[in-house]
Amino acid sequence: MKTWQCVVCGFIYDEAKGMPEDGIAAGTRWEDIPADWSCPDCGVAKADFEMVEAGATLA
Amino acid sequence: MDPVVIIGSGLAGYTLARELRKLDQSTPLAILSRDDAGFYSKPMLSNALAAGKSAAQLAGANAAQMAAQLRAQIIAGVEVEAIDTARRTVQAGATPMRYSKLVLALGADPIALPLDGDAAQEVMRVNDLADYARFRSAIEGKQSVVLLGAGLIGCEFANDLVAAGYRAAVIDPAPRPLGRLLPEAVAERLQRALEAAGVSWHLGTTARALRRDAAGLSVELADGTRLRADAVLSAVGLRPRTRLAQCAGLKVNRGILTDRLLQTSAADVYALGDCAEVGGLTLPYVLPLMQAARALAQTLSGTATPVFYPAMPVVVKTPALPVVVCPPAANSGNWNVHAAADGIEARFEDARGKLLGFALAGSWTTRKQALTRLTPPVFD
Repeated sequence: MKTWQCVVCGFIYDEAKGMPEDGIAAGTRWEDIPADWSCPDCGVAKADFEMVEAGATLA
Repeated sequence: MDPVVIIGSGLAGYTLARELRKLDQSTPLAILSRDDAGFYSKPMLSNALAAGKSAAQLAGANAAQMAAQLRAQIIAGVEVEAIDTARRTVQAGATPMRYSKLVLALGADPIALPLDGDAAQEVMRVNDLADYARFRSAIEGKQSVVLLGAGLIGCEFANDLVAAGYRAAVIDPAPRPLGRLLPEAVAERLQRALEAAGVSWHLGTTARALRRDAAGLSVELADGTRLRADAVLSAVGLRPRTRLAQCAGLKVNRGILTDRLLQTSAADVYALGDCAEVGGLTLPYVLPLMQAARALAQTLSGTATPVFYPAMPVVVKTPALPVVVCPPAANSGNWNVHAAADGIEARFEDARGKLLGFALAGSWTTRKQALTRLTPPVFD
């Protein structure tokens, strides 16, 4: 499981946690999130996220 | 072919350039910047301290890397002095530069409140990464910061400072923090949560003077209180940068006036971001800027596309009490508040119970997406 951070606002998507409130189940891998998905906080496109802490997950 | 010229390398300018390149790889593109044109995340400036990030660590791609990524000519460190809309040129330094289309992504200036005292000039403002680096070096090894303004940025900085072990005092003439954006119940909960985290409030009063003595800075308030501080940070609002546009004969009001196509009153000149007043609204937040950049990229690449503003919640980065607010577009209505120990949901509804906006606090902020879907768009 990896975490991904929005380059614009710092929002972190944690694959282990998913975003159940937004219909993305815990454990959903980044590549399985639709391409038209955007950052829930600032609206930046999925393509503009970057990976942080590859291989790690947040506490 | 003359390039599309973007003035400004902040989030508005760079997001537009990125969106444009997704649609059009070949049109020449030039970006003029008065700073070093490095990319950084502005929203992260107000929560970097507790996250242990230095100003240098917040810096992303530099100008050369951005130029390669965007296949753009980036000219850093230039001040654009004038725009000639008849000749379609911008004047920056000796040679006028021709444009096919011009985009103003100039940003906004922090408002400076008049203060008395020999140290009035020492008030700091954080509006970009270079300001932030100066602020960080000013508070390095110090203990206390006084903040002017209990708005979004003031509250975020106050939370960040106390979380990093500083003492933070916040001064604002309003009776509550974020009083203009939040309903009373949420503002009051935020005030208490930040107080519990260590923020001290001086509400309903203003700073009058700033003096320096051997022990540091002393802030004198209108109510007679004196506060000691190592640094004073002002966050009392932003004023769109309109002077360049005004001198070029463009129509300006609070911001540079544009229609929903982001077009100013001059042909082939557009504006977006914090400098623009789009369809009557100045919204200095990231979400509207993203929407504007996407629409304008379409328009510049040949498909005229009016900007669409959905309901756009603003996330207030105060970990002491997470808050989300989606300000209602209209004033006619009432806040209906449901409060529990772990959160608050406030819905702004019209007389018939239609949801027009909302505010969430605490663990109930997870309802953001669900409520956003129920809230009408700002522009449809």
